Amino acid sequence: MLNIGGLNEGIVLDHIEAGKSMMIYNNLGLDKLDCCVAIIKNARSNKMGKKDIIKIEGGLDLVDLDVLGFIDHNITVNIIKDGKIVEKKSLSLPKKITNVIKCKNPRCITSIEQELDNIFILTDEDKQVYRCMYCEEKYNR
Amino acid sequence: MKHLLSPLDLSVAELDDLLNLAQRIAADPKKFSHCCDGKKLATLFYEPSTRTRLSFEAAMLNLGGSVLGFSSADSSSAAKGESVSDTIRVISCYAEICAMRHPKEGAPTVAASKSGIPVINAGDGGHQHPTQTLTDLMTIRELRGSLDNFTIGLCGDLKFGRTVHSLIHSLIRYKNVKFILISPKELCVPDYIREDVLKANNIDFEEVERLEDVMPQLDILYMTRVQKERFFNEDDYLRMKNFYILDKPKMELAKKDMYVLHPLPRVNEISVEIDDDPRAAYFKQAQYGVYVRMALILTLLGLDKTV
Repeated sequence: MLNIGGLNEGIVLDHIEAGKSMMIYNNLGLDKLDCCVAIIKNARSNKMGKKDIIKIEGGLDLVDLDVLGFIDHNITVNIIKDGKIVEKKSLSLPKKITNVIKCKNPRCITSIEQELDNIFILTDEDKQVYRCMYCEEKYNR
Repeated sequence: MKHLLSPLDLSVAELDDLLNLAQRIAADPKKFSHCCDGKKLATLFYEPSTRTRLSFEAAMLNLGGSVLGFSSADSSSAAKGESVSDTIRVISCYAEICAMRHPKEGAPTVAASKSGIPVINAGDGGHQHPTQTLTDLMTIRELRGSLDNFTIGLCGDLKFGRTVHSLIHSLIRYKNVKFILISPKELCVPDYIREDVLKANNIDFEEVERLEDVMPQLDILYMTRVQKERFFNEDDYLRMKNFYILDKPKMELAKKDMYVLHPLPRVNEISVEIDDDPRAAYFKQAQYGVYVRMALILTLLGLDKTV
């Protein structure tokens, strides 16, 4: 078992579906951070069998919880202070997401006007359906 | 700022008010002929549409207002690469209200977000065409006296036909409306209409392939054109366009008080021999389209209570 040093202060994104950590790393823009970020792939998990974990040294403001909730609202967000978990945040599906995904409808206005924000609205929480704010095309994950 | 981007932007109560006003206009159009004196409607048509544009222009002229605009993207600043957002900001300085048709879906939504004047969606690609829906609702209400308790057959291109989708969305809000969806399998309604709109709201509907089989059940038959521009493949268009043609033998199967509607223009899906049948209501529908657009312009300009 590989050992990664514990965090004294920061955030641990736990219970990431195995293999999804790099996608989350990119979508959250973690590559742009100056602080220490550790990605653990395929860690053993009693609940999931295998999981990914991301550890970020720094405050919660470094992570867009809406983006994370959209990607996978089952991820656990642990806030670490003085080496201990002080808070566990649960994620929910955001009502609106901006510039995380792009509309794939070739007839959508965003296909020709590149400066427009790509905005998706949660239209059905039970079925986790997001639709483009402009053309209402359903986003297929 | 009020806009009309989708037929569902109006609540049932607001729709009732609008249709009541349209009915009053239909009864005495002259009474409304100076309501918009000094006001201007901008018609921003990024793709050709003679009928809808002229209907809007006629509506504004009937109200005493005037119109300005363009009728294709080539003759607008869009040809120079101007964005919809910039165009609407400029047009907001020239007119009091605008109607926009655009081939890209959601363009009027973009315009509304930046506009200083009310924006009416006059059709955006295969997405929405709310004023056609208002026209359809007014026609049904005028012919039947109510928007409750009837069976409507929607026939033809139900896959790409935005008028059909908008009409279904609107009619499910009324009591006891049954839908019979008549189309070839290739052109049936999209899944989201079937699942998220009809089934999710427990609406009574059935899907059939033959128009003849259901004619006797219908109170309203809504015919649609198989639109060439919605196909990427000419062969598919040619193969399907003649599937559902309404002619005299089919009309003989219908109720005596059934009405035929069509958003127009038709190609050959309604035989001209039907035109003189008293049940053919599609030209009347075009007239109602002007009245309902007059009512809409008055409502969005806040002038609906002044007459």
